[in-house]
Amino acid sequence: MSILLTMIPIALVYATPIVIAALGGLYSERSGIVNIALEGIMMVGAFTAAAVTAVLEPSTTWAAYYGIAAGIVAGMIFSLLHAFASVNLKADQVVSGTALNILAGGLTVYLCQIFFDQQRTNAFTTGLAKVSVPGLKGIPFLGPVLFMDVYSTTYAAILLVLLTWFVVYKTPFGLRMRSCGEHPQAAASMGINVLAMRYTGVIISGALAGLAGGAMVLTQDIQYTLGSIHGTGFIALACLIFGKWNPFGVLGAGLFFGFSQALSIYAKDIAFLQKVPLDFFYMLPYVLTVIALVVFSGKSVGPKAAGELYDAGKR
Amino acid sequence: MAYVIEMLDITKTFPGIKANDKVTLQVEQGSIHALLGENGAGKSTLMSILFGLYSPDSGSIKVRGKDVRITNPNIANALGIGMVHQHFKLVHNFTVTENIILGLEPKSGLVIDRKKAAARVREISELYGLKVDPEAKIEDISVGMQQRVEILKMLYRDAEILIFDEPTAVLTPQEIHELMGIMRRLVKEGKTILLITHKLKEIKEAADYCTVLRRGRLIGTVPVAETTEQQMAEMMVGREVSFHVEKAPANPGPTLLTIEHINVRNAKGLLGVKDLSLEVRAGEILGICGIDGNGQTELIRAITGLATVESGKILNKGKDITSLPIKERTGLGLGHIPEDRHKHGLILDFRLDENFVVHSFDHAPFSHAGILDFKAIRSNADRLIAEFDVRCGQGGATPVRSMSGGNQQKAIVAREIDQSPDVLIVAQPTRGLDVGAIEYIHRRLVAERDKGKGILLISLELDEILDVSDRIAVIYGGEIVGMVNAAETNENELGLMMAGSVRKVS
Amino acid sequence: MNTRSKLFVPLVAILLGFVLGAAILIATHRSPIDMFYAMLQSVSGKNLRADTFNPRYIGEFVVQSMPIMLTGLSVGFAFRTGLFNIGAEGQLMMGSIAAVGAGLWIQAPPVIHVILVLLAAMLAGGIWGAIPGYFKARFNVHEVVVTIMLNYVALFLNNWAIVEVFKSVDRIKTPPIPPTALLKSDLLAQLTNGSRLNWGFIPVLLSILVYWFIIEKTTFGFSLRAVGFNKDGAQYAGMKVNRNIVSSMVIAGAFAGLAGAVITVGTFSFGRALPAAEGYGFDGIAVALVGGNAAIGVFFSGLLFGMLKAAQPLMQSQGIPKEIASIIQASIVLFIAMKLGIEYLMKKLKPRKAVTEEVES
Repeated sequence: MSILLTMIPIALVYATPIVIAALGGLYSERSGIVNIALEGIMMVGAFTAAAVTAVLEPSTTWAAYYGIAAGIVAGMIFSLLHAFASVNLKADQVVSGTALNILAGGLTVYLCQIFFDQQRTNAFTTGLAKVSVPGLKGIPFLGPVLFMDVYSTTYAAILLVLLTWFVVYKTPFGLRMRSCGEHPQAAASMGINVLAMRYTGVIISGALAGLAGGAMVLTQDIQYTLGSIHGTGFIALACLIFGKWNPFGVLGAGLFFGFSQALSIYAKDIAFLQKVPLDFFYMLPYVLTVIALVVFSGKSVGPKAAGELYDAGKR
Repeated sequence: MAYVIEMLDITKTFPGIKANDKVTLQVEQGSIHALLGENGAGKSTLMSILFGLYSPDSGSIKVRGKDVRITNPNIANALGIGMVHQHFKLVHNFTVTENIILGLEPKSGLVIDRKKAAARVREISELYGLKVDPEAKIEDISVGMQQRVEILKMLYRDAEILIFDEPTAVLTPQEIHELMGIMRRLVKEGKTILLITHKLKEIKEAADYCTVLRRGRLIGTVPVAETTEQQMAEMMVGREVSFHVEKAPANPGPTLLTIEHINVRNAKGLLGVKDLSLEVRAGEILGICGIDGNGQTELIRAITGLATVESGKILNKGKDITSLPIKERTGLGLGHIPEDRHKHGLILDFRLDENFVVHSFDHAPFSHAGILDFKAIRSNADRLIAEFDVRCGQGGATPVRSMSGGNQQKAIVAREIDQSPDVLIVAQPTRGLDVGAIEYIHRRLVAERDKGKGILLISLELDEILDVSDRIAVIYGGEIVGMVNAAETNENELGLMMAGSVRKVS
Repeated sequence: MNTRSKLFVPLVAILLGFVLGAAILIATHRSPIDMFYAMLQSVSGKNLRADTFNPRYIGEFVVQSMPIMLTGLSVGFAFRTGLFNIGAEGQLMMGSIAAVGAGLWIQAPPVIHVILVLLAAMLAGGIWGAIPGYFKARFNVHEVVVTIMLNYVALFLNNWAIVEVFKSVDRIKTPPIPPTALLKSDLLAQLTNGSRLNWGFIPVLLSILVYWFIIEKTTFGFSLRAVGFNKDGAQYAGMKVNRNIVSSMVIAGAFAGLAGAVITVGTFSFGRALPAAEGYGFDGIAVALVGGNAAIGVFFSGLLFGMLKAAQPLMQSQGIPKEIASIIQASIVLFIAMKLGIEYLMKKLKPRKAVTEEVES
């Protein structure tokens, strides 16, 4: 039980970037653009956040927040490439996303060499500081776990889940965005600008994946390296599918994946898990996602038109 | 006279084709105005221009006497023009209300006001007698209901001018009848309707005026009450219409294809074909007529092997083929000219010569031990191109995608006839083709009949069925409800059976 | 699309990619000239500035090209059947595991042992490819997501196997694989001044031939291409669509699996635990796209990207961050994806000539 309690904060730290990036994917795919570039965008966000934080730390205590903001902006700009290629030039969205993933790895480390003369950014000293909620942290059991020494990005993730649910299911914007992901010709016939909507979806996904990258590097690392994101963008993609393109589903799947990663750290302390090799814990999210895909198959749960080329003339 | 819409001297050119050539259309306020023409006559282009999907090369548009430039559908909507598309533009997992309010949502604060929206939808629905449930999901309601949602979308936006694009193609006779009633009610409430169609009977039933287009040109506008169907047909086709196919009486031989009490499920898992039995004999053409969606597709799929048969038997020359794979059926002399030539009939990105051998590439003479023989494939193409007069730029090497619809269809006909099947399943062979190609294909089918083949012709065009078939079976609700000799029946009788109101199995 | 634009689009994309790379170098105060010298040297072995010649560079250039040609064939083969195989990376790793296993556990005479190793790798890669193929055929699950996920599963399986199954002592390398199972060649190494060049080029060239033969000449290739262009049409014509999808993924996986063997028993002589995927699968996507999914195209684009990889250490030593190579590679892929844009550009540049022949329906 005590192990479980100590695991929860760690699980939350791992789950945070997964959930945020998956929400990003949700906006993009709901608007009809498949975004497998989440990984790449996270790398760009992480690099920018780490670089800005490392540079600003000597001069301001808010450095990490500037870093996060810069990561968001960088993610938005980088995702514009995906939007331009797949919306304007009708590029295959998977190919475009793949190109962005390769590009992100190259570009970030290239810039590290230009700015820092090494294969990584300079190290930052504190990164994102943990916060405690006065009052609530006194609650027995839950207090120390949920309200003491938690990263603000974790609260941001939960707020974003609620916000996304509200935006996607309650507002006109959400209705229009979903219509573009399900049946763009129908949306266009109702005067909705499908291209603008898809740009918006992709750019929001860029902002969120950039935020996720920043949150990840500033809470789990001491600097940005090529391995800082190590596939979390793809776990986010898995999380989106596992969560059935629904914000609360994403939250649940993200917590589950975060928990399974935390478990890999604590497995050696848990008797019946000691024998299981660590690599099998790492594998878990990926295996589960494949199983989920097979189980959900036949029931169309994802946006229908996501990934399809939008041809205004098609009926 | 008050014209609510005037399209004057509209010209629109696409690469290689003049879709509209100085077309003028004037529509009176409060009338039902039909736009008649064959496929490719330019009806859809003209309406797309009016709806702002295309911009014309030259010409002007006036709405209620004012010059307008309609560059996108939003402007059309603002002018009170709405379009009920032939292929519904509905989001399948949204509710009726969500589909209707999309893009023009009532809000309270930041949130969509669903109550207000549903109330408004119910109100309009009742005003025009549409009887639509605002809370239902699109995927759960019938095609006829979905069409009403399309109409409601326009009415919700206060459209005064409603364009109906081939609205009856997907409806049952009952639904067509109701639609006509709805259209009259709309006109009574002051709306104006533009009806795009190629069905003369509907024009006669509902429209006040009819404008006829042919090959992009305006032929004329006539008051429907003073014009006969025959006259309109002649305007549409451009000569005296005799779709009548020259043919000698059939000389039927032994039975080739026997279908015994088959049941087939459709895409929704329901029985699309129920306890259906048929026989096709050598040297005859058996036509199957019926309204779209009455089991034709399932029947074709069952015979050709694309769908599994729930129960019952299909025999070809006495051999049970009910559960044989497609390939073996083809091998036993069953040919199939499919309903959808782009989806099923052709591999559009293949060359013509490759398309000619999609059934037979894996055996001699086109391959030996798994290796293709390109020489044989090419000479096969040369032979078929010559014999069936397939027009293509680069012979066998022509990419099929670049060929015209008529020549693509000829290529399929050539391939299927050439493999000399005893039984030919022919579905919608002339859809979307010009008159010349239609005549060619009809003659060819009769010629094959005279050679002693058995042909099963499935078509939605009643004229085609009447002209080409020797015997006619009527399919309704997945059952054969009529079996008559073509020479002894007429449109009226068939129509009644197609609507399910009369049964006659002789 | 005619043959000219088939060549035109990749060439323009390559050109734009290098122009962009050069522009980035200039913008960050590095010399593109140095980069091009490094590339030339990696291909020819000649250092044009110092006027020295070292054939080792040529050897390393070929070593870099070999596996990505194979993953290129893997991606291209699946593409031809309308499938996007992002999983070449994982299939490669499964091939690598099998190669280590066959190398360590089987005892056989020299040539036969190597052939067994290669076959084992192809089999393992093929099985790993069959999984997404089967899910696609049976449950219509999109192969892109499944193959991405399986890449990570393969990575962790590899790392587990290196330590637990093959009993790595340092947890990084397996014990050395016996020489009978290796593609290593003293002769080739000597000829290229001690490069890692090995007999791996023989299976690579054979694979290119086999690919060309299957796709262009056989009835099997005919039906694969038909399925790739139009599934419904192929089914109507009586082809076994689902079986074709699975076989296509098996063969694609086998090519990638072979790449794993070429790396493990050719470039190296032991299995390796990896902190992250090495990107051969993504290289393969680039190779296949630029090569137009044709055998000969894959060969040449394999050389192109092999050169970029091989030139990286040389660039780094000249003060040019080696990541410029992946930036250029990614840009080329992005430009290929923007094919429609390039074709539009091409039409605008060309004087308007009879467009009429294109549409006449």
